[in-house]
Order: sequence, then structure tokens, then C-alpha cells
Amino acid sequence: MTLTRNGWAGLAPVLLAAALFAAFLPALGPVSRGEALVWAAPWVPGLGIELAFRLDGLGLTFALLICGIGALVLLYSDSYLAGHPQYARFALFLTGFMLSMLGLVLADDLIVLFVFWELTTLTSYLLIGFGHEAAKSRRNALQALFVTGAGGLAMLAGLNLLGMAAGTTRISEILAQGDAIRQSALYVPILVLVLAGALTKSAQVPFHFWLPNAMAAPTPVSAYLHSATMVKAGVYLMARLHPALSGTPGWFWTLTLLGAATAVFASLQSLRQTDLKQALAWTTLMALGTLTLLLGQSSSYALTAFATFLVVHSLYKAALFLVVGNLDHEAGTREIGRLGALGRALPMTALAAALAGLSMAGLPPFLGFIGKELKYAGGLASALPVLATGALLLANAMMVAVAAAVALGPFWRRPAEGPLETSPHEAPPAMWAGPALLGLGGVVFGLAPWLLQAGLVAPVVQSLGRELEDTAELTLWHGVNLPLGLSLATLALGIAIYVALPRGRARLGAAMDRLPGLDRGWDGFLDGLRRLAEIQTDAIQTGRLRFYLAASFATVAAALGGTMLARGLPPLAFDLAGANWVLAVIALLLIGGAALAAVSSSRLAAIAGLGVSGIALSLVFLLFGALDVAITQLLVETLVVVLVALALLRLPKLKPLGFRPAAAALSAAIGGLVTALLLAVLETPMDLRLSDWFGAASWPEAHGRNIVNVILVDFRAIDTFGEIAVVVVAAISAYALLKGTRGTSGGTS
Amino acid sequence: MNSVILMAGSRVLAGLLLIFSVYMLLRGHNLPGGGFIGGLIGATGFILHAIAADAASARRALRAPPQSIAVVGLGIALAAGALSAFAGDAFLTGQWLYLAGLPLSSVLVFDIGVYLVVFGAVLTLVFALEEAV
Repeated sequence: MTLTRNGWAGLAPVLLAAALFAAFLPALGPVSRGEALVWAAPWVPGLGIELAFRLDGLGLTFALLICGIGALVLLYSDSYLAGHPQYARFALFLTGFMLSMLGLVLADDLIVLFVFWELTTLTSYLLIGFGHEAAKSRRNALQALFVTGAGGLAMLAGLNLLGMAAGTTRISEILAQGDAIRQSALYVPILVLVLAGALTKSAQVPFHFWLPNAMAAPTPVSAYLHSATMVKAGVYLMARLHPALSGTPGWFWTLTLLGAATAVFASLQSLRQTDLKQALAWTTLMALGTLTLLLGQSSSYALTAFATFLVVHSLYKAALFLVVGNLDHEAGTREIGRLGALGRALPMTALAAALAGLSMAGLPPFLGFIGKELKYAGGLASALPVLATGALLLANAMMVAVAAAVALGPFWRRPAEGPLETSPHEAPPAMWAGPALLGLGGVVFGLAPWLLQAGLVAPVVQSLGRELEDTAELTLWHGVNLPLGLSLATLALGIAIYVALPRGRARLGAAMDRLPGLDRGWDGFLDGLRRLAEIQTDAIQTGRLRFYLAASFATVAAALGGTMLARGLPPLAFDLAGANWVLAVIALLLIGGAALAAVSSSRLAAIAGLGVSGIALSLVFLLFGALDVAITQLLVETLVVVLVALALLRLPKLKPLGFRPAAAALSAAIGGLVTALLLAVLETPMDLRLSDWFGAASWPEAHGRNIVNVILVDFRAIDTFGEIAVVVVAAISAYALLKGTRGTSGGTS
Repeated sequence: MNSVILMAGSRVLAGLLLIFSVYMLLRGHNLPGGGFIGGLIGATGFILHAIAADAASARRALRAPPQSIAVVGLGIALAAGALSAFAGDAFLTGQWLYLAGLPLSSVLVFDIGVYLVVFGAVLTLVFALEEAV
């Protein structure tokens, strides 16, 4: 008997995640004293890039959340997907994602950070599209990949500029020179590009549409990617670069406005959902908006609130996603109207839901309450107190209503659409232990907030560029003040919304549907891209050889002519000194062969004409002492005539084309330009250093007297190797093409 | 092509071309020649046979499929380059061995690889074209 349902594929990832969590715990000591652990090894020394990792408050908080929630989610998945034929693949993806995320939050080099950032994009693509048989699942995975991938590219450009502005890619060194970066001429492009990456990854308005669609993933994936990890990567990036980029009007306005808009918009969307998982997905967006808004500020209240809410949200959101997974797994539905009165049937799930839901609603003595008080304090300290606090109040009130709808409704209220046909019972322990533990965390830290403050919150605030002592105090009782009043108002408003919700939901949904959104244009956008590609391919790939040749030659002529016009040519001298009758005969042969090829109406005569030109050319090589080249030219010319003659037999009879002015002009242009180029080359003094060196070194170093061959097989053998590899590939491709066409024309076996 | 003269001539010429191609390959290090030229000449021998008789007959005479010969040649060139690793040198550094005054080198092995690649690739094309007609 094994401990897990899926054998080693189930157990090993859980053990790995738990071991990593345990390995990070001892770091709490030094990090809470304000120290950072650093590890670096050379990676690309030529570019000054090191494989550098640094564990500070921000990194450690994320690392613990990633590994801790990762272990619980992996344990949960083992039961949720018990016996799934592709469980090993699933576990591999999820573990890969966990490790990428871990690398991202620990990276201390911009390039390392980017590599792990893209790895999280790729692994989350695989996870969102795990149910790849469904077209919708594939579409949504691709959408997430495109949106976050495009943001990632913008971010790469931004990070490169940041590295240039700072003169190093080491993040800890960049953060130390924040003032210089803010005054740099590159600051605005850096800000725009980096935020493009962060805001798409963290699904801020107007890039929010991919996140609710990404709920096509199995529920444990949603719990993991959308609580502690993937979507928080964008928030992480903004937090990480906060000391270098924050404090300017651009930073403040962008983050505050987009964060506030996202928080309120997402809360409204969340209220209208009847699918519990969708409702939670939108509340994740609300949390991301809140975190973004808080990062826009610089007050120590706001930064403390950021650090606290980061932990609060990860705990309750992961727990609630897993609770919804249990409901789906046991009752077979996630519809709000159909679920109800399940508290007795699933007591442990109900308990976990209650713990997490109360923290989400922000009631004392839960950690969520402390987080909410701090958020209000941070909002009030903002330069836009009314807007920031107002947005937070609205969003929080709606969170109360959603928390009640998720944690209360399914368990303790009667289902609106009558009882379920099935009789659900409690999920296995592995599936309620995770959410219960996460929910319990909200209570423990709520009752003993100083643990969290010293261990994680203060070091995070330090990572954001402050001192440990700047952290605002985490406590349940601040006295009677404005944040407390706002908390009471939140609660009252939230209860009112919850009561009004069943009747107002349909009307709210109808109103929201009228809003414009990028998701609706998405499929049209993709179809447009495809059509553009089709039009382009139709225009360029005509399938007619004559067109390809004309296009290639016209391009060459334009490039050559353009360069000559732009750069100018040296004075060209055309002198016939040294010419003799042998050369004159050869030149006549060359010209005559080419002319025959151009005007002949017989293919065979045209090929013969080309052959004459080629052989005359090899005579030129011969006369000037390039023996190897002459022999090769002669042989290749012979083979070309053989090959073309063979191919000719398949072609239809040549129709006389007559005089074509466009073709004549193009030929004349190419001929004239190449002639001018060659004459110009002759005018350029030749650098003989390499030739002299090859000549001198050929015998002593390579024991050969034929310099051409020694260069080919010894001095520059790697070039030759590349060339013969190309020859092999070309031959095999041509073989496949010829054999393929023979099959379609019904040839012999 | 039904030409008795070409048929009779190609028997002698093809053999001569093959011997000449090996001669060109071996002398290449010091005199005009080498793997590339040698491979082209060798291929001409078989092409002559293919034109005089037919591609199927030339294939039988060749015994091995030409595309395999090309790939084996590439492998030989790669192996010749990798040989230098045993001496601790960089990839494709020439290694020399004197057997009773006869100089042998990995460079020659590399050139034999080039010969086989060119020989095999050209014949792959010509045979396939012949058969496609």
C-alpha cells in the first residue's frame, strides 16, 4: 500500500515541495534580522551575467508561500485527480511550475529573472491547457500564453534598458541606485516596458481578460497559479523593482489608477458570477488590483499593508479554491443556485471554508481583519486618499458578499433550485487537510500577528527599500480611529450587498455585458492575423519559379543600388592593359553563351549556352592560377548540365516568350550593378594579411602545400563541416521532394 | 539512352573516373584536388553509367543507397573532428601520425568524409531525377 493514490508520481512531488519548504524555514532567522543570503556562480562572464540568487524578505515570503501551498496543492491533486491516466504528466508540469516560480522570486540577476519568468509562462500554459481535448481549454491556454508572452517580450526590452541605465544586471546593485535610475533619460521607456510585462502577467485592466478564462484548468491548478504564484509574479516584479522605479508621478498614477479600476471592476464581475470558481477567479483579480494600488504608494502603511495582504490573500484564496474543488468533486456542480445545506455532509470542508471565508471578509480576529485595517491606513496616507480609500472600501465590501456566497451559502443555506439528486459526503482527508491548514493559518497569524510581523512582513518592507523599523504595527486593536470606522462601514455594506445579491445578480450581469472588453475581440484578432498571413502568403508564394527569381533579383538590385547611391562609389577605372587574344576569345565565349541562353527558344540550346559560359569562366580561373577553383567550376558546370537536362525532359515544350521589357530591364540592372560592384572592389586596396598568413603557415603548421585544400580541411575545417552538413540536408530534402511528387503522379514502385 | 558506343565506353571510363577521383582526393593536400573535387569526379563516373544504362543499374552497381553514403560521410567527418579531443585539442584540430615515414592524419579522414558527402549527395539527386522522369 502506498501513501498516495497515484504511487510515486503522487508522493514524490509532495515530498519535494515539503522538503523545500523545510529548507527555507531556517532562513527566517537571518532574514528577520535584515540580512540576505546570496549565492552566485558565473554564467555568461563575457556579458557580466551571473547565475545569481538572493534570499531576502520578499523572496523568502514568496518562497515559503510557493513551497508551502505547493505541497498542500500537490497533496490535494493526488486525490482530486486520483487515477487520472496522465497524472505523472500533471505532477511534472506542476512541479516544473513550482521550481520556475521559485527561481523567479530568488533571482538576483535581470536575465536570470527573465528566464524563470518565461518558464512560468510556459509551464502555466501547459497547466491551463491540461484538459487538451477541449477546444475551449486549448484556446484559453493559448490566450494566456500570448498575452503574458507579449508582455514578457516588452519586459525583456525594459529589463535590458534597466541594465543599461544601471550599468549592471545584478538586481541588488540596481536597487541601490534608485535615484540615478529615476533621473535617467531611459526611465520612462523602462517604466512603460517593465509595467507592460508586470500588468499583463498580473492581469490588470485592460489585460485582465485572460485570467478568468484560464479557469479552464483543473481546480488545483487554479488554486495554485491564481493564489500565491503565477499571477502574483507581476506583483512580485513591481515589488522587486519598487526601490528603483517607485516614487515618480508616472509610477504613482499608473499603479494607483489601474489598481483601483481593476479592484472595483473585478469585484463587480465577481458578484455577478453563478459559478463559484469563476467568482473566485474574479476576486483574485480584485486582490491583484489592491496589491498594485498599494505598490503605487510609498507610505510605510501602504507597504506594510502590501506585505500583509500578500500573505492573507494567498492563504484564504488557495483554501477557498480547494474548497470549491471539494464541492465540485463531491456534489458534481459549482453553481451557486444548486449548492446548499451541505454543511452536515462535508463538515471539515465547511470548517475550512468558514475559516478562510472569515479571513477573506476581514472579520476579527482573523489575519484578514488586520490586513484590511492596514489597507485603509495605506489608502488614507495616499496622495489620492479619497480615490484610493473609496476603491478599497467598495472592493472590500463586495469581498464580504462574495466570501459569504462561497463560504456560507453552499453549506448553510437551502439551495435555491431544490436539493441535489446525489447525496454528497466528505472528501478524503488529503483534500480537506490542505484548506483547513491554510484557513487555520489565518486565525493563528490573526491572534499572534507579531510572529508574521517580525518573520516576514518587516523583511518584505525592508526589501521594498525601507528599514525594518519603518513597518507599521500589525495588531488587532488600533483604537477607535478612521480605519476602524471604515471596517464597520465595509461590513455593513457587504451584508447589504449579500442580501440584495440574489435579486440583483441578473441585472448586474446584463449591465456588465454591455461593457467593452478585449476578450470579445480576441478571436476576431486571431482570425485577422490568420487572414493577413493568408493574403501575404498568396501574394508572395505564387508557386511560379519565374516570379521567385524576379523577386530575388529585384531585391538584390534594390539593395545593391540603394547602397551604392547612399554610400557613393570610388572612381571606377576600366583599363584593358594586360588583355591578350586568349582572354578576348574567352570573353566572347562567355558573352556568346549567355546571349544564346537568353534568346534561344529551345531549352536544350539554352542549357548548352549556359554550359559554354560556365566552362569559359573556369578557363578564366585556370589562366589566373586558381587551379582548384577551375577544376571545381568545370565539374560543377558539367553536373549542372546533366541535372538540368534530366529535369528538362519533364517540362512541357517552351513557348516563345518574345521580348519582355520588364525582364530585360531587371537583367540589365543586375548585370550593370554587379559589374560596378566588381570594379569598385578592384579599386579597394586588398588586405593580404590573411592570405600571407595562410601561405606561410600552410606547410609548417598543417603539413600541406595546397593552400586551398589546407584551408578547407584544416584551418577552416569547421566551415567545411557546416557546408557538407548543408549538402546532406539539401540532398535528402530534394530526394524526398522528388519521390513525393512521383507518388502523386502514380509512378512505378 | 540506347547507344552501344556509350555503353561500351562507360564500362572503361567509369572505372577510370573512380580511380582518378581517389587519386585527386589523396593528392589534394599538396596539389590541386581534395575531397570536394574527388567526390564530384567519382559521382561523374556513376552518372555516366546511369546515362548509358539506367538509374536502376547504376544503383545496383553502387550497392549502397547514395543518401546513406552521404550521411556516413558526414559521420566520418564528425568523427575525424572529434578525434582531436583525445589529444586534448579543440574540435577539428589536425592530428598527425608518422608510420615509418608515411604521414597519416585526421585531416585526410576528414577529407574522405567530404568526398563521401559530395559523392553521395550528387548521386542522390541525379538518381532521383532520373527515376522521376
